[in-house]
Parts: sequence; structure tokens; C-alpha cells
Amino acid sequence: MSDPKVPLPTLLSGGDDPGAVRIAGPGQLQAGVAVMSPDLASEPLGDYALRHGLRPSAERPPVFTYLGELWRRRHFILAFATARNIAMYTEAKLGQIWQVLTPLLNAGVYFLIFGLLVPINRGIPNYLAFLVTGVFVFNFTQRCFISTSSVVTESLPLIRALQFPRAALPLAYVMIELEQMALAMAVLVVIVLATGEPVTWYWLLVIPALLLQTIFNIGIGLFAARLGAQVNDFSQLLPFLMRTWLYLSGVLFSIQNLGLIKNSFLASHQWVVPVLQVNPAAVYITLVRNAIMATERLSAPGSRPYDAAKCSVWQDAVRHGANLPASQQYDSAYCAASAHVTILHFWYFGIGWAALALVVGFFFFWRAETRYGRG
Amino acid sequence: MVVVDDLNIVYKVYGSGGDRGSAATVLLRALGRKTRGNIREVHAIRGISFIAYRGDAIGVIGRNGSGKSTLLRAIAGLLPPEAGNVYTTGGASLLGVNAALLDDLTGERNVVLGCLAMGMTKQEARAKFQSIVEFSGVGDFINLPMKTYSSGMGSRLRFAIAAAKHHEVLLIDEALATGDAEFRVRSHNRINELRAAAGTVFLVAHNLEEVELTCNRVIWMDRGQIVMQGDDVIGIVDKYIDASGGIPVERDPVTGKRLHRAVGGES
Repeated sequence: MSDPKVPLPTLLSGGDDPGAVRIAGPGQLQAGVAVMSPDLASEPLGDYALRHGLRPSAERPPVFTYLGELWRRRHFILAFATARNIAMYTEAKLGQIWQVLTPLLNAGVYFLIFGLLVPINRGIPNYLAFLVTGVFVFNFTQRCFISTSSVVTESLPLIRALQFPRAALPLAYVMIELEQMALAMAVLVVIVLATGEPVTWYWLLVIPALLLQTIFNIGIGLFAARLGAQVNDFSQLLPFLMRTWLYLSGVLFSIQNLGLIKNSFLASHQWVVPVLQVNPAAVYITLVRNAIMATERLSAPGSRPYDAAKCSVWQDAVRHGANLPASQQYDSAYCAASAHVTILHFWYFGIGWAALALVVGFFFFWRAETRYGRG
Repeated sequence: MVVVDDLNIVYKVYGSGGDRGSAATVLLRALGRKTRGNIREVHAIRGISFIAYRGDAIGVIGRNGSGKSTLLRAIAGLLPPEAGNVYTTGGASLLGVNAALLDDLTGERNVVLGCLAMGMTKQEARAKFQSIVEFSGVGDFINLPMKTYSSGMGSRLRFAIAAAKHHEVLLIDEALATGDAEFRVRSHNRINELRAAAGTVFLVAHNLEEVELTCNRVIWMDRGQIVMQGDDVIGIVDKYIDASGGIPVERDPVTGKRLHRAVGGES
């Protein structure tokens, strides 16, 4: 149908021969007789178009052209993020104060429940800081994932009206969450200091850790943006997926410690421990905890040479929920008998996940570039 | 420049039976007893071919549901062709009636964002800002969220933003319909400027007088096909009015201009 062997009766404007253009009734195919343009007489329309440098309108731009266009839109991405951020809070009476208030309230709830009502520290020396750090870092990824999954639907009018690389939209949404995360980090620093953690040079490691997490979030954001645009059921499934991921990522408990507690599921299925530990959310959480919490660094199994006796005392105490004396609180450090995941491995995995997510997410999103406006 | 080569557009409507989301249907589908509802195909565009040159302003007229908007969306690359193809120089921008940019943001931010999205630098956007606001004529409303705008004001601002940049192809789908007389004159002039700068403009409008005034060519569509097209704009418009049973327009025999001002659209 699309490749006519004979030139189509092209319905050109009459030009120099107005008498030639004329009528037929409604419903007749290709009604109206065409005037052939002289240079069209011998070639199909498609060839004519390509010869004049035209491109199919529904064609995807090449990767590098696309990336170039995206780079040209960097100001748009930032301006869009800022504008959305402001719009998000204009309806609320307290306005942008909510940006700080939300993480504070979050932390307050966790303190109330896990700090006062149900102290289940499971051998973690500074459980409150451990918990709040985990919640904030996980929230960053979670919010990116959820907000980008609706970015295409929310911006449909913009997509239809203006030409720009669509990847700018999920990128902007991740930037919004990054700003939110920066404020949450300020709150986090106050909480962590209040729990007695010292300020050390290790704190600087928060910056590369969050940078890697942001790259990872951009990747999954691009991924979620396409899924959310094309699979309507995705938004129904998302809360469930995120909750499962939260529980598997060691936000509320230490994956490593659970593996050390005798008779636990993880202790009898040791291979599950590293699998859970290297999942991206757990990796970034661990990296941030290690950066800002000296208690985490000191109690990490493997940070002291293996000592079966000290470890055993620690394991028994934790298993029975007994309170360890201050001198023994860090004794999980003596528990790494053999090969285990060290902090350096976490950095490798953090880099790997970020790179993988970015590449896969970008290509996944880019492949459907011309389809986002359909809705 | 736009080349439309034997374009066919088919919409697939899933589960037109109306019980798509019901639990029983989903269960049957999951068990493989039933395929994805009843797929209904709507053949919206049936084999259209034409060439639009640089500097053309083409009016697309026809009844509701004749495929005008679908044609524009296909040119904009928003709909995949079932068969045939659409070729354009550079991206085509589509302005529709309900194309609110970002409703909860102020007009001011929408202007800046629109400019940046079209690929302008910050300086260019700042330089264009004043002229866009003046062109749109929304006045003090520029500091209010766009959702507070009347539909006319919204479309004025959108058109002003889109028109701030040179477009190879600009597609206007009834976007000017809600503007007042003053704005029509301005947008008319701006379309002529775009044409003079070698752009191609498509205009879908039910206000036929607007088509007569703005366009140098017209395409009359019906049921996804071209009934008539050519640069005898007045002749084709008159035949369209005749075919839809409207009252013939009285025209000056020499210039073809309307002798009395028609109110609203004829169709």
C-alpha cells in the first residue's frame, strides 16, 4: 500500500494549471484529479520526500542526536523541576516548609514506634540513626520510581504541543526528588548528630554515594516512565512492589546481622544474605550508613579479626533480645569467619548498578520515544 | 515542507464491549478463553496523499469526525501510520484546543518553560519573554496560574509561546477558535510571517472565514479521505458549505470577499 509502483495521483495545488484540479463526491477514494509536479512524474512520493531531505515524522532520532538535544534542554530540565516543585506546594498553607516537614514527620513516626514503643534493635548499636538513614535513602529511590511512572501521563499536553526529547521529563522529576533529598539529608544530619554519632571525614563519602544513587534513580526513572506510560496496570502494582522492595532492602533491620543470628532463616540459607545485600537499594543505604555512622563502621562484621568466642556471646545476646553491655555492643565486628561482602564491594556494586540502570533505562525509554504523545 | 504519502491511520479500540475492566472478563482472558476483548478498528484516515510546500498555509475543513485532527496528529508524529507515511522537515508542533501547558503554573513560568523546551537558551528565552506576553495580551494574568485563565486567554498564551520560535511545520487544531477578534488579527499576521519565513502551517478550523483569510490552500476531508483540495480556497469552501446544506455566502464577484460578516462557523 505504501510503495506504489506508479506515481500516485498526487493532489498538488493547481499551480499553473488551475483547470486540472477538481471534484468528486464524499467517500470516493482519492477524489479530485491531481496535477503532477514536473519533477514528480517518475518517482514515488516517499523517494521524492527523502530526496528533499525530509524524514518520516514518526521516526526515532538517532541516539547521539537525541543525547545532544537532551543536553541542549538542560536548562529546561532544571527550570521544569523548580517550577513543578513550587507548584506542588502552592496549594498547601505551609508551602515549601513541607519539604522539610515531611522528612521530619517521617522520622518522628519511626522514632515513636521503633525508638520508644518497639525497641527491636537486633544488635544494632545506634538503631534510630540506622533506621532513619535507611528510610530516607530508600525514600529517595521510591519517590523517584513512583513520580516518574506518571510523568508521561501528567505532561501529555506539553508533549503534544512542543517538540523536545521526552527523556527531559523523567530527568526533571528525578531532579525534583534530588532537591527533596538534599533537604531530607539536612534533617538526617541533625538526627544522626543528636544520636551521638561523631562528625568525621567519612561524611564526605555521602556525596559520591548519593551521586551514584541519583544516577541509578535516573535509570529506573526512565524505565518507570515508559512502563507507566504504556502499561496502565503498572500504577496499581507499584505500591506493592515498593513495599516488598523496602522489606528486602534492610531498611528496618540489618541483613547482615540477621544472617548471623543462629536458627534464623537467613542463617540456614546463607546464600540469601549476599543476594539481599547487593540489591541496589540495600547497597546505597549501606554506603550512606557507613559514611555518616561511626557505629556502623565499628560494628560491621569483618572490621575486626574473627573471634569465635566474642562473636558467640554477641549472637546469643541478640538472639534472646538481651541488652548487651556497652563494651560488647560492637562485637558483631568479630563475626566474619570467611569471605563476606565488605564496604569496598558495596562501592563496586553501587557503581555497577548506577551504570547498568542508566544504560538500560535510557535505551528502554528512547526506543519508545515517538509513542509517548499518543495517550 | 510536508509530504503525506498514501497515509492510512487505524485506531484500535480494545474491549469496546464496555466490560473491559470487569473481573469476569479479566479472568476469562487470563484463562485464555477469551482474547483481549473485542478489538474494534476505526479506519480514521484512508489513503491520503499530498505535498505541502514551504510557505503554504493549508486549511483543513470537513465535518466532525472526518479525520482532520487525526491527520494533524499524524503529521506531528504522534500517531503511527498503519500504511503509507508522513515525511516532514524537522519536528512539527501541534497546537490543540485543550493543550494546556502546565495548568498549575503561572503564565510567566509557562512562557519560560515553553521557550526552553523548544530548545532556546536562557538568554533567548529572556529576550523573547516580553514580546510573547505582549502578543498574548493576557496582561496582569501572566502572574497567575494558567488554570485561572479563560479558555480564550489560555489559547492566546499557548499560541504566543509556540509562535515565538520559527517552526518548519506548525499545526493549529482549532487553537485560535476561542480567541477574540483582536487576537485573530494578530495570529493571522503571525501565521503570514511564519509562511514568509518558509514555514508550513496547517489550520483546522470550523470558522471557514478564518480559513479563507489565512490559507492559500484548502483540503476538504470526509470520512478519512480527501474530497477536494487545491488553492481555489473560496471555491472549495463554497462547495463545502453547499454540501453541508449551509446558506451560500454572498461574495464580491471580483475579490471573492464576503459581503456580510458571518457570525461563528457555518458547519
